[in-house]
Amino acid sequence: MKKEEIPQQNAKAFMGHSKLLYAVDDQGRYVPAPCNGWEAEEIVLDQAIAEYVRLAEDAWRRAKAGAASTLEYHMYRQRMDLTLLAQTTGFFKWRVRRDLRPGALPKLSAARRSRYADVLGTPAEELDRLPDRP
Amino acid sequence: MNDSAHPEVVVPYEHRQSAHCESGVISGLLRHHGLEMSEPMAFGVSAGIAYAYLPFLKFGGLPLFAYRMPPGHVIRWLTRRLGIRMRMQKFRDPAEGTRALDRHLKEGRVVGVQTSAYWLSYFPPDMRFHFNAHNLVVYGKRGDQYLISDPVIDILVECEVEALQKARFARGVLAPKGLLYYPEYIPPKVDLRRAIRQSILFTTGMMTRVPLGFMGVRGIRTVARKVRRLDPQNEHYNRLLLGHMVRMQEEIGTGGAGFRFLYASFLQEAAALLDKPGLVKIAEELTAVGDEWRRFALNAAKMCKNRMALDYALLADQLLLCADQEEGVYRRLRAEVK
Repeated sequence: MKKEEIPQQNAKAFMGHSKLLYAVDDQGRYVPAPCNGWEAEEIVLDQAIAEYVRLAEDAWRRAKAGAASTLEYHMYRQRMDLTLLAQTTGFFKWRVRRDLRPGALPKLSAARRSRYADVLGTPAEELDRLPDRP
Repeated sequence: MNDSAHPEVVVPYEHRQSAHCESGVISGLLRHHGLEMSEPMAFGVSAGIAYAYLPFLKFGGLPLFAYRMPPGHVIRWLTRRLGIRMRMQKFRDPAEGTRALDRHLKEGRVVGVQTSAYWLSYFPPDMRFHFNAHNLVVYGKRGDQYLISDPVIDILVECEVEALQKARFARGVLAPKGLLYYPEYIPPKVDLRRAIRQSILFTTGMMTRVPLGFMGVRGIRTVARKVRRLDPQNEHYNRLLLGHMVRMQEEIGTGGAGFRFLYASFLQEAAALLDKPGLVKIAEELTAVGDEWRRFALNAAKMCKNRMALDYALLADQLLLCADQEEGVYRRLRAEVK
């Protein structure tokens, strides 16, 4: 890629920052050069975030209806999934799955609850609550 | 404010933005200690470039596509090849990890630390994902803020003590366990030419001579086959998969085209050091492969967003082209330095 061909499409995710790429100058030499956004990257980043938002909204609706645990909502809201939640808490996956069943959360021990709260970066008492909107 | 509770420490450190966090941190630390080294040179000598398809490692339910060696490889192999000794510390207790970091700063030492990218408060929110092998340099502390030179960010940044501690002690795959590091001994004379040769032999061998279907150019061909055979019924998943491939290639601090441009830049530098003009030509060829990777990424992204009809065969053909071209590049490169 030539230096002047580096896309500069002002990705909103970069919030005014730019990242560094390596590209070729007009003498054929590689130089580091900034890039403030590229369509391809922006699409796939939006897509990855939208997927977590979709999962969180879906969990929010089911939790509202009592068909899912509020913990599931908080998990997706923090861009995690079952595998990641098990890895970060150090709990077995099958036990996390069990804790994610509706009605299981209020029965958790304080220690277990605080581990979830810690890895989700959410106060322990917030885990039972849902915001007004997802 | 109580001065002893909030002492200010600033160790002079030159912030230079880089494409990739690990090669950026290590080249920055070496420069700080008097060994001038560009980021591409650090990346190339460590033999950081690779390709691997690891379907058994899932991230958000999607398989891992790696365009480089695993985290930690750059620092480990760069320092090993150059005879540099690193001091590495991990901690069981987060509070102890923070105290140790403060001690190093007080003693005038800048240190590299490994963190999760998710809990770093200065990261733009949309860029925060649970990835545990980010690297950055801490060069000071002011009040309850650490002063940070994050190699992938264009400016100097700050992060609250609490947030950095959480980021350094995130758990899960590749958990940093508070890892901090700095060079302890750098030989007065490093043999860069020998290290370059060794690393090129390693890289080219790994990319073309390992008879495993998930590594090197064989890995690219395997992925091409998988993409061609994606079930058209599963459009939502297929889009996520393609998007994930593009993110691994472009967005995760690769310097463009999945580290291919970074490595081509290394080859240019190596050509002068080894006095082998043939490498300049090979760097050009690798640049052309990188351009093809970028075209693949743009097509795949457009297909994700329905700006282009989903055409798995087209993408698979592009991947095969990348594999064929890369195979040629690595073979000629190996012959050149042998």
